[in-house]
Amino acid sequence: MPNKDRILSASEAILEATDQMMKKDNNLILIGEGINDPKGIFGTTINLSKKYGEKRAIESPISENGITGIAIGLGINNFKVLLIHQRVEFALLSIEQIFNNAAKSFYVTNGQHNVPIVIRMIIGRGWGQGPAHSQSLETIFSYIPGLKILIPSSAYDAKGMLVSAISDPNPVIILEHRWFHYVEGVVPSNIYKSDIKKPKVISKGKDLTIVVSSYNVNEIIFCSEILKEFKIYLEIIDLRVLRPLNLNPILKSVRKTKKLIIFEIGNKTYGVGAEIIASILEKNHNIFGCPPSRVGLPDSPTPSTRGLAKKFYPNQIDIMKQIINQLNLSNEDEKLILNLLKKKSPPHDIDIPNPKFKGPF
Amino acid sequence: MNILNQKLAENLFKLRMVEDQISKKYSEQEIRCPVHLSIGQEAIAVGICQNLSLKDQVYSTHRCHSHYLAKGGNLKSMICEIYGKQSGCCGGRGGSMHLMDVSVGMMLSLPIVASVIPIAVGAAMSHKMKKKKDIVVVFFGDAAVEEGVFHESANFASLHDLPILFVCENNRYSCFTEINKRQPSEDLIRLAKCHEIESLKMNGNNVIEVLNQSKQIIDKVKKFSKPFFLQLDTYRFVEHCGPNNDDYLKYRDDKEVTEWIKNDPIEIFLKYLEKKNQYNEKKIEEIKRKINIEINEAFKFAQKDKFPKPSSLKKYVYAE
Repeated sequence: MPNKDRILSASEAILEATDQMMKKDNNLILIGEGINDPKGIFGTTINLSKKYGEKRAIESPISENGITGIAIGLGINNFKVLLIHQRVEFALLSIEQIFNNAAKSFYVTNGQHNVPIVIRMIIGRGWGQGPAHSQSLETIFSYIPGLKILIPSSAYDAKGMLVSAISDPNPVIILEHRWFHYVEGVVPSNIYKSDIKKPKVISKGKDLTIVVSSYNVNEIIFCSEILKEFKIYLEIIDLRVLRPLNLNPILKSVRKTKKLIIFEIGNKTYGVGAEIIASILEKNHNIFGCPPSRVGLPDSPTPSTRGLAKKFYPNQIDIMKQIINQLNLSNEDEKLILNLLKKKSPPHDIDIPNPKFKGPF
Repeated sequence: MNILNQKLAENLFKLRMVEDQISKKYSEQEIRCPVHLSIGQEAIAVGICQNLSLKDQVYSTHRCHSHYLAKGGNLKSMICEIYGKQSGCCGGRGGSMHLMDVSVGMMLSLPIVASVIPIAVGAAMSHKMKKKKDIVVVFFGDAAVEEGVFHESANFASLHDLPILFVCENNRYSCFTEINKRQPSEDLIRLAKCHEIESLKMNGNNVIEVLNQSKQIIDKVKKFSKPFFLQLDTYRFVEHCGPNNDDYLKYRDDKEVTEWIKNDPIEIFLKYLEKKNQYNEKKIEEIKRKINIEINEAFKFAQKDKFPKPSSLKKYVYAE
């Protein structure tokens, strides 16, 4: 009997999805730099080469563009490939193959070559990751038609989205925040799919819509619980699917709340929020009761030192202030809310997600 | 003329005459996509593809017309594609640089010079994993080895012993830039050696030599499942992109041009036939006449064919 109440971390869920799908489909190939390391991509590929052999779990040379093309070549010859990059930035070397070939083959060949590959990319944060190990770059990938871009936030989706992506006939990119790997939640033991067509309302509320993704979902849930004590109810939408972008759940929510904040995982300038707000305004310019706003990374590279990272990453207080501002709360309420937030928020440094985290990654 | 020589003659003339016709029709401004003609380089495609079965796969670049036709690609679909019409091999979505005909193993052509190479390596890997005995042949130009992904692909193919033949057509120029301004040596097999891939460098304009050498190589690649790198020196007779001769621009030395024109692969082949007492003028004229009919039909068909419907713009962005 499948166990439906089991708690796993997102990284355990990813490993289980990969294992189960490799077992189910002999034509699924795993490839990446470090997949057969003792640490197995933060535990997400551990022991798979022992189970399925090094011909199906292929340790790759440091050739990001090459292995992406190789994955496409396998993909148009009846294989499926799961390709993994330990950092999003490594995938930058493969943009040529992803943009020109993976994204366009089905279109250019008039539907003759679909490219069933999944590319997992990990967004780094903290412990001094610095400017070239911490970017999410989600809008760069989302810019290209033909790709599907997923950004999971829960352990349930960690498994379900990966199963859906592997089952999808298109090239799918999954952006995994490094800290999201520690997120725990209910993960059924059977093979199941998550919806990969649209964002999802994860908490209903009437006062303000917050669109958020990846690790930031946890930050918002925490803020939302505090606000409930003041009878303020956020509607939280987990963005989940960046491309193709389905605005409907967001539109529906904003029609109700008249207020919108987008809490970005990446840069504010040219970010996801810009696209969402512009698309909503194009449909209805009267929808907002007050100007929508965005919270995202500032216009600077990511500094390595935690001395500067404090100023770089928006924290719960920053987002809470933005919420208070939109709700036009009194100074007195603001003080009460922020005090309660400070009291309840466990003390931890900006570069560490939770006490379980020991580094060095 | 024996059957093999007749086949070679048919293919050489077909490749040349199709390109000549594209060249002639280009000024009508109905072919509105960049064309990278293979005139002068036909012996390579014809010689190698003669040794391939339908199941052997070919991958090519922007200069793909010769490979497409030599592998047996449908002429009407090619011309329709160049005209941007709905019956084109890519329904008009690709154009001249994306020719393909899966039914004959002409899998894919891509215009970023080395971009198709890793895809061909992935295809070779799929053959090996399925324990198929077929070979993958990937054609590319001399500039492709200047891109990093060539080396990534060669390294991977060598590491995994993949059944792939890398065919580097060295026509000495990347657009207007001569090879000696781009690389320290014109000996490109040095790049195969550093990846521990067996290699050979030879003249690419003698179809008989290409045919005989590549037969041995292809048999070897299939038998031992090992990659091979073949450098074939050749020359394009018209401009990099477009239907005309651009030698008035003087980027290529006059002497060099004259020398290579003397080495026209078709002339070399006809001389070979004469030497072997196989030359039959009547037969050649008959071959050319038949090709001419086929070409005229294809062009007429393409000109009459419809453009894809504008409403189908977003079809095939995603597979269902």
